[in-house]
Amino acid sequence: MPFLWLRVALLFYAVGLVYALLLLARRGETLARFIPSAVGMGMVFHFVSLTEVFLLSGQLTVASVHNSESLLGFLIIFFYFIIFLRYRTTSPGIIAFPVTFFLTFAAANGQQQFLFTTPGMRSGWLFAHIALIFTGYAALVLSFGASLLYILQERNLKSRKPSSLLSKLPALEVIDEIGYRSLLLGFPFMTLGLIAGSVVAQAKYGPAFFHDPKILLSLFMWAVYMLMLYTRWSSGWRGRRAAVLATVAFGVAVLVWAANYFSVVHRFVSS
Amino acid sequence: MNFLLIGVNHKSAPIEVRERFAIAEARLPEATRSFADFPGIEEGMILSTCNRVELVACSKNGSADLRGFFSKFFNVDASKCSDFLYEYREKDAVRHLFRVAASLDSMVVGEPQILGQVKEAYAVARGVGAVHSHLDALITRSFAVAKRVRSETAVGSSAVSVASVAVELAKKIFGSLQGKTVYLVGAGKMSELAARHLLAHGAAKILVANRTYERAAALAEKFNGQAIPFEQLYLTADRADIVITSTGAPHALFRREHGEAFLARRKNRPMFFIDIAVPRDVDAQMNKVDGIFVYDIDDLQTAVSSHVSDRAKEAQRAESIIETEVERFHARLRTLDVVPTIVSLQEQLETIRQAEIDRVRGRLGSLSPDQELAVEAMTRGIINKIMHAPIRTLKTAARDPESTTIIDVVRRLFNLGEDKSAAAKSKSAGDPGADN
Repeated sequence: MPFLWLRVALLFYAVGLVYALLLLARRGETLARFIPSAVGMGMVFHFVSLTEVFLLSGQLTVASVHNSESLLGFLIIFFYFIIFLRYRTTSPGIIAFPVTFFLTFAAANGQQQFLFTTPGMRSGWLFAHIALIFTGYAALVLSFGASLLYILQERNLKSRKPSSLLSKLPALEVIDEIGYRSLLLGFPFMTLGLIAGSVVAQAKYGPAFFHDPKILLSLFMWAVYMLMLYTRWSSGWRGRRAAVLATVAFGVAVLVWAANYFSVVHRFVSS
Repeated sequence: MNFLLIGVNHKSAPIEVRERFAIAEARLPEATRSFADFPGIEEGMILSTCNRVELVACSKNGSADLRGFFSKFFNVDASKCSDFLYEYREKDAVRHLFRVAASLDSMVVGEPQILGQVKEAYAVARGVGAVHSHLDALITRSFAVAKRVRSETAVGSSAVSVASVAVELAKKIFGSLQGKTVYLVGAGKMSELAARHLLAHGAAKILVANRTYERAAALAEKFNGQAIPFEQLYLTADRADIVITSTGAPHALFRREHGEAFLARRKNRPMFFIDIAVPRDVDAQMNKVDGIFVYDIDDLQTAVSSHVSDRAKEAQRAESIIETEVERFHARLRTLDVVPTIVSLQEQLETIRQAEIDRVRGRLGSLSPDQELAVEAMTRGIINKIMHAPIRTLKTAARDPESTTIIDVVRRLFNLGEDKSAAAKSKSAGDPGADN
């Protein structure tokens, strides 16, 4: 029963979710100590669950919508952990924890058949496509979270109240670095993932795939991504302006995800 | 003699008000002079720092109109700013000055700069002859009180200075200060201190601009930094991550449009302006620019005050020291009132003694040196014995509110004229502590 471990992981992520909510209310300090271990445990069980699913389905790909949600959640928390190890801050959890929690929650709550049965789904290209895109997504979520934190901290410092000294948020430039690094790291994954995807689709559907809403949205998301990097390089956009772009990119990413349900090309059901 | 004090400080008035009343260093002697010359004021001193303007006066009958001087000198309607002004008399004025000097009234309680600033104000006032006997005694006493508070309590030891708060804020913005550039605009003591703190925490480079290039160069040399001609300020400011301004400029040096230009040139990397000048060097609008953080001296103060609660206990001990010192000074002040009388009494008797010796010297014939000394000692001894009781009575009486009548009686008994007492007063002024 692959859901068992996933649900154990979910329990640990719930701690993260509570922490994120407390952080919004500016009183998460007491919980902060337990966060790395709780989330770390969640990650371990999550990994066990993912491995189990792969072994059961006997293929090295995401076999259902729920399973792909689970994988995305895992990647986000994995990125979060890298950031934690590098910067020793739990703050990006403010966005990473809820997103992971809900992705895992959705994944842990439904039994779906393994739907990917077409031979095309087993191709290496498709696996590359999914893995790369998901890594890109995970990075995007974290960079979105970082830009929200940036605005929070900026407002905090601009208010010139004594609380600006007491806040446990990381320094402004550190938040900025986290966001920028995530973006920088995610971009090649996203780009390569899209290329891999179009190779698969091209082979399967020919030029027609280009008119699919999901594909168009994905391209749009990629363009926003590109724009974020460009404005950063050319004029060092950060803070409010960067956050607007990140929000757009994040919103589009959610749409792209949702588009699975009305896309012809990109359905998880075998056609 | 009455002590009067009027002033504004960081607690009574926001920076917008204080900067109107700040008196530039160069104008201070002239201001002190005109203050001491104001009708009803005998002695006066003006203390003007970035956090306060205090006018301390000594007046004969306590009728001096300090508010009148205030509104005349600053050319403002006193009734309009009366909400920001505080006024103390007598013991309260003494207490306030002691608290100021002991740094209990400071923005950062216990910070050491204020004592130096009071000393400077005192030097200026002495320089223009605005301070003698009474005020002199009060101010020099305040130095001793400040020292006592510093050595007997821990108020000063853990002083969270403005500088260290600035460092903490800079770290909240930049994370680490490693490799950051600090720009000192204006070469004041405070900014030097802040720069030293920032360097100690890893800042890499110091740039200095000052109206007089030589001072900039001297300061830059101290920090192994680079002096920059003041005209190039706007061309070079974007090189700095942290800008500390402390010039005496009457108007803001940095305005919003400057900030926007700096940010464009440095690709929106954030800048931190620490404005310790009063009047402010950085326009308040600047804080509205994305990526620019401006903290003026008041903001630092609020940031600091959240740190000082643990020092409340020490501050309380310091306050009780102040209280005993106020009482002690008050008692001594009354003694001070009798000092001129004692001095003229002594002089009067000494003159009589000399005159009598001169009169009978011829009749004594030739005396051996030993005998000369004996005569001298004998006459002196008589005088001292006679004077002992009256002087003691005067000193005891000094602690009593009725002392003026006794002083009058002694003056009349010994026929001590007004002119003589005035002379004695000016003599005693040079050494106010002579009586104990």
